[in-house]
Amino acid sequence: MNTGKSHTMYPSTSGTSVVGLVYDGGVMLAADSLGSYGSLARFRDVKRLFKVTDKAALACSGDIADYQFIREVIEQKVRDDVCGGYTRELNAGALHCWLTRVLYNRRSRFDPLWLECVVAGYKDDEPFLGYVDKIGTAFEAKEVATGFGLHFAVPMIREAREKKQNLSCDEARKLLTECLKVLYYRDCRAHFKYQLADITPEGVTIHDDLNLKKETNWEVANYISGYE
Amino acid sequence: MEAVKQGSATVGVKSSSHAVLVALKRASSELAAHQKKIMPIDKHIAVSISGLTADARVLSRFMRTECLNEQFAHNQALSLNKLMERVGAKMQIATQRYDKRPYGVGLLLAGFDEDGPHIYQTCPSANYYDCQAMAIGARSQSARTYLERHLDEFRSSTREELIRHALRALRDTLPNDVELTNKNCSIAIVGKGEDLSIYDDDDVNPYLEGLDQEERRGGAGGARDAQPPAAPTAAAEEDDAASAPPPPPTDEQPQGDSMETD
Amino acid sequence: MSSIGTGYDLSASQFSPDGRVFQVEYAQKAVENSGTAIGLRCKDGVVFAVEKIISSKLYEHGANKRIFTVDTHAGMACAGLLADARAIVDVARIEASNYRAEYGMPIPCKLLAERVSTYLHAYTLYSAVRPYGCSVMIGAFDHDGPQLYLIDPSGMCNGYFGCAVGKAKQNAKTEIEKLKLKDLTCRELVKEAAKIIYLVHDEVKDRHFEMELSWVCEESGGLHQLVPETVYKEAERYAKAALEEDSSDEDEEM
Repeated sequence: MNTGKSHTMYPSTSGTSVVGLVYDGGVMLAADSLGSYGSLARFRDVKRLFKVTDKAALACSGDIADYQFIREVIEQKVRDDVCGGYTRELNAGALHCWLTRVLYNRRSRFDPLWLECVVAGYKDDEPFLGYVDKIGTAFEAKEVATGFGLHFAVPMIREAREKKQNLSCDEARKLLTECLKVLYYRDCRAHFKYQLADITPEGVTIHDDLNLKKETNWEVANYISGYE
Repeated sequence: MEAVKQGSATVGVKSSSHAVLVALKRASSELAAHQKKIMPIDKHIAVSISGLTADARVLSRFMRTECLNEQFAHNQALSLNKLMERVGAKMQIATQRYDKRPYGVGLLLAGFDEDGPHIYQTCPSANYYDCQAMAIGARSQSARTYLERHLDEFRSSTREELIRHALRALRDTLPNDVELTNKNCSIAIVGKGEDLSIYDDDDVNPYLEGLDQEERRGGAGGARDAQPPAAPTAAAEEDDAASAPPPPPTDEQPQGDSMETD
Repeated sequence: MSSIGTGYDLSASQFSPDGRVFQVEYAQKAVENSGTAIGLRCKDGVVFAVEKIISSKLYEHGANKRIFTVDTHAGMACAGLLADARAIVDVARIEASNYRAEYGMPIPCKLLAERVSTYLHAYTLYSAVRPYGCSVMIGAFDHDGPQLYLIDPSGMCNGYFGCAVGKAKQNAKTEIEKLKLKDLTCRELVKEAAKIIYLVHDEVKDRHFEMELSWVCEESGGLHQLVPETVYKEAERYAKAALEEDSSDEDEEM
């Protein structure tokens, strides 16, 4: 099968971290709105988070083109279900499993979709949060993040959980915003505009165009040597 | 469609929580074992066949693959209506091309999914029907008559009552001198909180108990038709015509006579 | 019946001496034997109504639907062999989703109808296959507003304001012609459609039937769907009342 053809193995326009956590009463996901072209902060209004059905939402980091492609495939999948008049809509667990199979298959063909995805929602009345990446690694957990979020945000969330096991909706939102703020401080490819998704048994609400610029304090920058 | 009518009978009923299939197994000779009629498809679906067994096996394999694919790709059980659409599409192709022949088998599917229990019937014409209850195969009209008569009772039946109803309907397809035994019938049941179970041979015994004492032809509960019990006592029935397709009450005209003969 | 096309009706690739393709005509017969289906286009949408004849009490209510959603904005109602109809619906769905993937917008009704009719027509050309034994009506709400097309087994495709297929199509057409379609809204039209179905239904020959109603209009947000429960009940009541009025009128005349 080796015809000498090879596929691109690097992302072009990419998105940075996605952070998600399960709280008492639902699941929450957040991702900033930046599409970086290498180290250039090129597209500052990229929506990396979307609602799949009333039971699932998906956010991806990695190549934006691959994200847009998989988003369209999933939207058609959902549309097929709607047209067929089926009662069961795609839930987070099924989406997660399917995405894992697709990404793993692509990787096995040396033609990966360069993505790290977080699937959030409900599966059989239980809150669901899962991670899938470009090589097909998949797992479920109560707090999940991609990219730098894994290093910064996840420990923050775990620390908060140690103090209080079940977070309320407001606490979860505050925690997520804190995580994104820290990421904005520390991750060179992050931005202050972001989206937040809140999935409860009633459905999915996406908050767009949120901005944390005003909450950030860059006075500290003066103390860093080399900073002008 | 004729092939289906030649196959031995099978009956499916559902309540609000369970779906049941019962089937009459045929033995081609005294020495042969009875032909398997009910095949499991997945943990939540079983299918009972009437017609060309080979065609049935092809369709069963297709259905099993579809169910497995759903488990593999989506980690969930395949909805019955989705499965039926795919089976219908596969069967339809065979009715349109010159180089294929229609599948010569009728299927009764029993399954349980997020919408509750289902009974589906398929025909060689590639039509499929969502049923409350159905019977197909040889002499199944009598069974359908029983089912139509008791349709309102099925919804609220318990698990055991439902199996009884199905067995009674099945018994109506038999000639008077033949009874349901643990050798010639199979039962499959699936329902809320219960994965598919298929009962054969001795496992069938508890459900058959006492069945041969009950009246035939719309018996148990339908006692308003003044039917004489055509049960074991009427072994020497001269009119085998009673076993022919529709046995409406008028067929059993010589009522007084059958009471007297032994 | 059997003497009609003797010798020239063995396959779709044969013409008869008087220029007919009998296989296609036989396919059209299959349509004429099925329950009536009507499609009506009004100023703000399209309504489908189907007389679904129930052949056994053992079937579930709502089983064997004859109205399908092809894409969110487009629906299809069928008359004829149901298995063939389902195959056509699958084809239409694939066409619609391919168009969306390629052009990023929902398929225009005219194009969808043209593609489906070309597909059906292809099956009337060869001896290796038989024509599809059903007529389909495609209704959609797109860029140019509501549209309705009827495609028959020969692959002919025409746009309509109102059309009927099936058993009682002549009666249904007569009734449709009485309506002023351009002035009605979908809400009103649903009731009229229901009335027509009840009127043309033959109580003697086919006792049990279920009526399926669907619409795609401004009120449904441009989405094709079976009409909501409340609207359905209202339409049913209107139809039954109209039926009684009609029969009592006849009595008076006597």
